[in-house]
Order: sequence, then C-alpha cells, then structure tokens
Amino acid sequence: MDRRLTKGNIALAEGAIQAHCRYYFGYPITPQNDIPEYLSRNLPKVGGVFIPAESEIASINMVMGAAASGKRAMTSSSGPGISLMQEALSYMAGSDIPCVVVNIMRSGPGLGGIAPTQGDYSQAVHGGGHGDYHSIVLAPASVQEMFDLTIKAFELADTYRNPAMIIADAMIGQFQEPCRLTPREPVVVPDKPWALTGCKGRAPQLLKSLYLADGEQEAHNLVMKQKYDIIRDREVMYETRHLEDAELMIVAFGTPARIAKTAIENLRARGIRAGLLRPISLFPFPVHQVHDFSIRIKKILVVEMNTGQMLRDVQISAHRDSRIFFYGRPGGGVPYPDDIEAQVVAALEEA
Amino acid sequence: MPYIVIDSERCKGCYFCVKYCPRNVIRESTMHNKTGYFPAEFIHEQEDRCTGCKTCAIMCPDTAIEVFK
Amino acid sequence: MNRIFQRPASLLDRPTHFCPGCTHGIAHRLIAEAIDELGIRERTIGIPGVGCCVFLYHYFPIDVLEAPHGRAPACATGMKRAQPDKIIFAYQGDGDMAAIGTSEVIHAANRGENVTVFYINNSVYGMTGGQMAPTTLLGQQTTTSPYGRDFKSEGYPIRMAEMLATLEGVCYSTRVALHTPRHVNQARKAVIKALEMQNAEMGFSVVEMLSTCNTNWRVTPLEAIDMIENEMIPYYPLGVFKERTGKDFL
Repeated sequence: MDRRLTKGNIALAEGAIQAHCRYYFGYPITPQNDIPEYLSRNLPKVGGVFIPAESEIASINMVMGAAASGKRAMTSSSGPGISLMQEALSYMAGSDIPCVVVNIMRSGPGLGGIAPTQGDYSQAVHGGGHGDYHSIVLAPASVQEMFDLTIKAFELADTYRNPAMIIADAMIGQFQEPCRLTPREPVVVPDKPWALTGCKGRAPQLLKSLYLADGEQEAHNLVMKQKYDIIRDREVMYETRHLEDAELMIVAFGTPARIAKTAIENLRARGIRAGLLRPISLFPFPVHQVHDFSIRIKKILVVEMNTGQMLRDVQISAHRDSRIFFYGRPGGGVPYPDDIEAQVVAALEEA
Repeated sequence: MPYIVIDSERCKGCYFCVKYCPRNVIRESTMHNKTGYFPAEFIHEQEDRCTGCKTCAIMCPDTAIEVFK
Repeated sequence: MNRIFQRPASLLDRPTHFCPGCTHGIAHRLIAEAIDELGIRERTIGIPGVGCCVFLYHYFPIDVLEAPHGRAPACATGMKRAQPDKIIFAYQGDGDMAAIGTSEVIHAANRGENVTVFYINNSVYGMTGGQMAPTTLLGQQTTTSPYGRDFKSEGYPIRMAEMLATLEGVCYSTRVALHTPRHVNQARKAVIKALEMQNAEMGFSVVEMLSTCNTNWRVTPLEAIDMIENEMIPYYPLGVFKERTGKDFL
C-alpha cells in the first residue's frame, strides 16, 4: 500500500474528505490551523463548502445546520474554541444530530500554551456542555490513526446520531509519519431519513431538544442512555502491548502511549516486565478491559500529559485490589521514556 | 351579504377586531369561553352593515376570524 | 357566498401559546400566507430562535430545526450551503437576534447568506418574564430595569434593521409594524418580498417587525397598540433601509 510522509493534521483533514465530509466551518487557532488551511484548498475541488466562520460558536452552529440537512459536516479547534462550542454540542446531542469535532489540544486553563498536552480529557469525555449526554471520543496516537479514526468518527456519529470528537495533542497534529491516505474499507454514508430536507412527499420533520411536558425530558434522557449503553457495549477500541506476562500495566492514550512503548521495550531489555493498555476510544472507555487485566496485573501506572484526568476512569474501572500509580506532566510537559521507566521501577519496588 | 364567523373558543379577547372594525359590527361578548376569555362576537342585529373588508381577520393574532362575501 | 379570508394552509389549525393580543400570531400568519402565495411549503425549512418564537414547529407544517439561543443565522448558513435549493428562514426575537446572537446575524448578513431572518422586536425578553433587552426603550420599566432604562448605565436601544442595511451582503432590510391593518398589509408585502428575493438568490434579507408584548409591558392589548404607535415607532422608524434591484454584488 502506497504510503506518504504526512503531517497529522493533514492526514485528519484528508480523512474527512475521504469520509465524504463536504462541509467544514472553522475559526483559526493554533495548533490545528493546517486542518482549515488544507480543507479550504481541497474541499472546493470536490464540490464541498468551506466557510471561515466569525467564531467557534458560529462554526459549530453552521455544522449543526449542515448536519441537520443530512450531510457530513465537521469543525476543528483547540481548547478555548472547543469551550465555546459546548453549547451547540449539547444541543446536537439533545437533538440527535451527528457531527465530528476535532480538538487538537492546547494547554490551559485560559489561553494556555500550544505545546502538546491532554488537559481536555475530562471536558471531552465527561460532558463539557450542559445536560445528561456524552460525545463519542476517539484518541489517535499516530498520523495513520488521525486519518483512520476521522473516518471512523464520521461512521460512529452517523450510526448513533451523536456528536463524535477526536482529541489529539499538538505532537500528533504537527509531526509527520508515513501514512496510507486511502480508507481501509469503502466509505458508506448511510441514508438519513430524519434529515430536514423540506417536507415534499412526507410529513414535516423536526429536530429539537426542548422537552417541556411532564416526563418528556426524562423519557428522552432514558432513550439517550440506552444509546450510550449500546455504544459502551459495541464500540470500545483499545490496543495492548506485552500484557500477557506483565507485572505492571501502563495505561496511557495519545502521545504518552507512544512514549510508554519505548519505555516498555527499554524495561524489558532490563528484565522488567511492563505492558501497555492504550484506550483508543475514550468514550466508550475500555472499562471491562482495564478491569479484567487488573485482576492479574496488580499494579497500574497511568501516564498522562495532565494532572490526572483519565486516572479517575482507570480508578473506577480497575479491580478493587489494584495499586494505581500516576505520572503526569501538565501544561506542555512531555514525559521522557527514562521518566516513565523510573516510575515503573519505583512502583514495582513498593510493597 | 358579507359576514364574519368568529371562532369563539380560539379567540383570546384582545379586541383588535373591535377596535379596527370600520363599521362597528363586532363587540365584546358577555359570555366567557372554555378558556375563560370573553371573546369578540359579531353583532348579528347589525350584520347587514358588514362589508367583508377583512380588517378584523387581518388584525386577529389568533386567526380566529373567517370572512364570507 | 364565498369564504374570502381563512387560515392559510401553511398555518396549522391549533391554538397558539401566545398571550392575548401578542402580534407574534400575526407575524406567523403573514409568513404562512407568503409561503402559500409563493407555493414553497414543501421546500421551506424554518429555524426558530429561543424564547416565545421557539414553538414555530407547533404551527407550521414544514421542517424545523431548533437552534441554540441566538445562533439561528449560523444554523441557517450551514443549512442553506448544504441545500441551496431550499428556502431557509430564521425567526428570532430581539433578545435572540439583537443581544446574544448579534455576532451570528451580522456575519451571516455580511457574507450575504441567501437566507431570510424575520426579526420580532417587542423591546423585552418575553418568555423569561419581561427583562430588559438591548432594544428596550429609554425610560421603559422592565423587571430588570425597574427604574426605567437609563442610557448612562444601559446605553441606547439598538436599531438592527438600519445596522444590517449597512452591510454589502444584505439585499433587503426593512422595518414594519404589526399594530394597525395598514401596517399589517405593509408587513405582508415585506415578508413576501424577502422570501421572493431569497428565491431569486439575491442575498440576505431581514424583516424587522415591531411587535406587542402587552403582558410584559403591563398594559392591555389595545394600550400596547398605542405604545407601538407613540413610543416604538418614534425611536424605531419604519421603512426600507436597503433594497437591491438585481444581483448587483460588488
């Protein structure tokens, strides 16, 4: 298969085009500007629409309008811009409108910095907007995954009529790797009979999230919960490495998972048996997988580029007898393999 | 002869029609409807004065008036 | 004997949630009449804002998307770009369009998005109980300007139709009122013209309608009519502020 040296953000943008996304609306923010720049050049070539919106609020609401028309639509941004989008994300979740939102994370709070970081895990995975909803959240750890998971995100969004997010740090967005820029499988866009296309030959349709009558909102929330339960059952994605004989399991996503792989190889060369579980889907989180491995592997080291956000999900998922350690570098700090190795050794030495 | 039909259950009693009827053939009813409003009513004793000008219907916020001519 | 006035086909036969004397009901009927007259019901999609306008879908037999507060012009943008052959209109109040949604409406207008916004200006937040809006008149008492709006603290009422008319992307910007038969007839023509211009792909059209909110103005419906004439129109002059005659884009 033909592979080309590609930047992460470009692979993601090309993935969107290959997924038949023809509508992009966005506002500039570093470190994701390659995405709108690429799409502004290439969407018109395939009959698509690119609008440089006046704000992230407008961007996501334009996505809502195009997606409500039954089209695949997306936007991308980074921390502060993603915060501005939370209102409409909540509306889209409540109105069963699919979309894809990309967050190439920058550190925060506030304006923060643009170095690689994972500070938006909790915002993405545990809500972000108001109300009782979830976004589907995927976390690529390579340029190839930036391409593949973008296509996957559109599929999941359409299947479940729900917003899907891709969260990646600036490292994955900005570096280059060889990447196959064709889909693994043919992309199929499903029929969307619910779309608002004018009521010619059918009854008028409505997409809304306002439920005022007694019990209506509760019933709607319970239907949404059923959907999330199905997603939890069917859509968990994760990768493991060397867990067969591991005496310690590292849990990490995105860039720290890549660094952890180097650390694991170094440790194994020294006879220390560490392994890795890398969640690829953050919602749904691989709850059962973490639990099942933790029955045998008593010690877990969570490595993140924040002060401990996925840590809570690991703590909730792991067996009650697990010893859970944490190593985090927030605010643009990137863990080195030796740092992770030292943490693993220290964890294994503890009684 | 032109006349109007007011849906007395739909009427909320704003009396825009009463105010603007150029022939004064609409008045406030003394009987309230099911919702509790005192609807506007066509004054049948003066129905020959109605010209079917549609002014009442044009001003009705509840589209409760139909006009016949 | 013929029925010469009846409910338009594009307005459903059901009681509205509007207060007695609220001219939202007239605005709804005018839009429905225009949809009937132009024969566009099956390709029209409505996007209401948040507030008293939100229940559009209860009254119009058309496809409807419920937008977040103030964002209807952005949603309309995405929808129109995805379906250029459809007629897309937003229906917003002053709290929605002239306050929280100013950014979205200005930029949709400036891009010349080929959509129509019907803007109901009744100078207060209606559904939330009559709080002060950017459109509230000087001296007007509301639940959050209990001593009357004071320009030293709250600034001046905002004139949206004039402001939007300054933007090149706008093909039609007008202000009408809904308080007398003559004004309603003018409003009816404006609504039809706005939708016709969208149909002719001429750009962004906006019809501002001065409307009553007698409940929150704490007056009777008939007194509210007088307030539109004597208080609103002197500050919000009626008229056409911009009207393109062809596709004369720069």
